[in-house]
Parts: sequence; C-alpha cells; structure tokens
Amino acid sequence: MRVFALLLAVAASLVHADERRSGYEFMSRSTQAMQDDDTSNPAMLWVLDGEALWQAGKPSCASCHSNMSGMKGVAARYPAMSSGRLMNLEQRINLCRTEKQHAKPYAYESKELLSLTAYIALQSRGMPIAVKDDATKGKALYEQRQGQLNMSCAQCHDQYAGHRLAGSTIPQAHPTGYPVYRLEWQTLGSLQRRLRNCLVGIRAEPYGYGSPEMVELELYLMSRARGMKMDAPGVRP
Amino acid sequence: MAARALLRVPQRAKRGEVIEIRALISHIMETGFRHSERGASIARDIITDFRCTYNGAEIFRARFYPAIAANPFITFTTIATESGTLRFEWSGDNEFTASESAAISVE
Ligand code: HEC
Ligand code: HEC
Repeated sequence: MRVFALLLAVAASLVHADERRSGYEFMSRSTQAMQDDDTSNPAMLWVLDGEALWQAGKPSCASCHSNMSGMKGVAARYPAMSSGRLMNLEQRINLCRTEKQHAKPYAYESKELLSLTAYIALQSRGMPIAVKDDATKGKALYEQRQGQLNMSCAQCHDQYAGHRLAGSTIPQAHPTGYPVYRLEWQTLGSLQRRLRNCLVGIRAEPYGYGSPEMVELELYLMSRARGMKMDAPGVRP
Repeated sequence: MAARALLRVPQRAKRGEVIEIRALISHIMETGFRHSERGASIARDIITDFRCTYNGAEIFRARFYPAIAANPFITFTTIATESGTLRFEWSGDNEFTASESAAISVE
C-alpha cells in the first residue's frame, strides 16, 4: 500500500514537472555540438563584431556602460517598457544609438544590430528569462488564426510541438537562443526574422520589423518561457 | 567589417600526440549562381584557398568551391612535433585574404 502511494506521488510529480523544452532540445546531436562549443558556433563571429562595436562610436557604448557586467540579465528581461513604450532589445539598443550617440538607428538584420544584440544576449547566458510586462496582447495574436492556411501559432507550437512538419520538428517556440545562427539562412537572424518565416509559412502577411505586433508577440513568447535559461546566441537547423 | 576567425588549437600537447584543429571564418561564400530579385546575376565571391603552416611548414591545404556554405568551418588533425606557431591563411575572390595564428607548447 505504501509503495502504491509512493508511486502515485512520483506520478503526480511527473505530471507537474516542467514540460517546456527549448529549441535546443529538439535539435540533432551534431547541431547541439555546434552550439555548445564557442569555437564552432558561427554566431560567435558576430559576437566578436559586437565587442568591437561596443568600443566604437562617439561616445562609445562602453564609455557610458562602463563594464559589460552591467548587461548581465538585460536580454533576459526584454521586451520591456522603456520611455513609455514596449521595446525589444534591438529597439533599446537603437534608442541609445539615436539619443545617446546622435547617430542613425541600425536597420533590422543589419550586421551591426545583430552583432550588438548577440554580444549583449551572450551576457545573459544561463540566466532565467524574466520579462515582467503584461503579455495579453501578444497572447491574443499567438492564438489568432491567420493567413491562407488559417492557422494560429498555438496550433503548431502548443498542439503539435514535437511532431514533424516536412523535414523539421516543430519546437515549442521558446525564444531562449536569439539571435540565432540558422543553418538554413547561413547567417545570424533575429527572433523577428524567425517569426516572419513562420507567418510566411502559413501564407499570412508578416508583421513589419519592429511593429507593435512583433514586439507584443516577442513579449508573449518570452513570458511563456519565463524561468527557462537563456542560451543565446544559439544555432538552429 | 573585417573577416573574423575563431580557432581551436590546444595550448599544450605531448610530443607525438594527435591533436585536433578547428578553424571557422566569417565569409558570405556567394556562389555566383544566384540572381537578384531583378534578375541580375550576383557575382561569385568565395574563399578559394585555405592553408595551415606549423612553424613555417605546410601541414594542411584545402580548395574551396561554390557549394561550400557561408562561414566555412574546417577541422583536421596533425601530430604535435614541437612548440611554436600554427598559422592559418585564407584567400579568395576579390583579393580576399585573412590570417590568424595560435601558439602551441609541446612537451
Ligand atoms: C505550420 C506550423 C507553424 C505555425 C503556424 C507557426 N510556426 Fe513557428 N515554427 C514552425 C516550425 C516547423 C519551426 C522550426 C523550423 C526549423 O527548425 O527549421 C518553427 C520555429 C519557431 C520558433 C523558433 C524556436 C526556436 O527554438 O528557435 C519560434 C519562436 C516560432 N516558431 C514562433 C511562432 C509564432 C509566434 C507563430 C505565429 C505567428 C508561429 N511560430 C507559427 C512551425 C510553425
Ligand atoms: C551617453 C551615454 C550612453 C551611450 C553612449 C550609450 N548608452 Fe545605453 N544607456 C544609457 C543610459 C543612461 C541607459 C538607461 C539606464 C537605465 O535605465 O538603467 C542606457 C540603457 C541601455 C540599455 C538597456 C539596459 C537595461 O538595463 O534595460 C541597453 C541594452 C543599452 N543602453 C545599450 C547601449 C548600446 C548597445 C550602446 C552603443 C551603441 C549604448 N547603449 C550607448 C546611456 C548610454
């Protein structure tokens, strides 16, 4: 009887165990190995550029943010409210670019913006995702059917996560590793680029880069992944 | 921005030991077979040659072709013979050249 009770307790704890899996866990061993080693993870090439950019510009990022340890955990809590507006990390970087450096903002997916984002994201490696703001709007977008295929993000990433779509395994869409080096892209890309790919996949008109919808979706994905560990910059198939 | 490279060379090795070497470099490796949205062909821009020397002697050489993915990653093994420097050189289209070195100490 006691054994039976114990088994029940074990079963109950299994049900309550965290069933969230990062995209990393859905990858092949060889792709995981590529991400694990900083000398084989191509995203680290962008980190080197980010490190150089951090010291460049007038005044340089480094001159105000005296040491990089101040950027620890920052990527794990964006998108966040800043200057009265919900902003993702790229937009926050560009805010310093325009307001503090009085320079032109970097374009989305430009080498500069990706490099700085990757360098800052790396400082949060291993830290739990900790966004705070209300993600109700993003949740509604996530659950809304759209596109010619009339599908929602939730259908693939909640209902069919772990199943296969053509050659790929559908992950749970936890944005722990962004920006990522995607082998298919042969380059580093932002979370928004990834989301645009998913939207095009269901033949929906993708939201624009930096649009409020994109940032709300990012916030919702980060809030679903709250507590999961950051592993940016990652590698994806 | 200049090309970036990442190397993995053991800092220390025993004489006669087989060591694994890895070299990753940033490069677009544009195949020359693609067309722009307006139909113009995009010129080939690839790395064509990779060379590694160990205290001046060539120990590995490779030719690259358009089918090699962007940011080429090379891994090979060699035998640790003496302390010194491994030098890596890449060259290619549009007078592309890059080089990096790493020191190894052999006991
Ligand atoms: C038809 C199914 C489908 C729909 C609908 C879909 N996705 Fe995806 N999504 C995928 C697949 C498949 C991948 C993985 C692709 C790969 O590994 O190459 C993916 C990848 C992702 C990733 C990357 C996860 C990681 O670990 O890197 C995120 C984030 C994501 N999707 C979010 C979304 C959002 C947000 C929406 C709605 C706007 C959406 N997806 C709609 C199939 C879908
Ligand atoms: C003239 C000084 C100055 C310069 C130059 C500057 N920043 Fe900032 N930055 C600030 C201040 C002040 C804040 C707000 C700090 C706060 O809210 O805690 C800030 C905030 C940030 C944040 C958000 C931090 C957080 O905790 O939420 C990021 C990311 C950032 N800066 C990145 C950069 C980058 C990248 C550059 C270079 C392109 C740069 N900054 C250049 C002064 C500067």
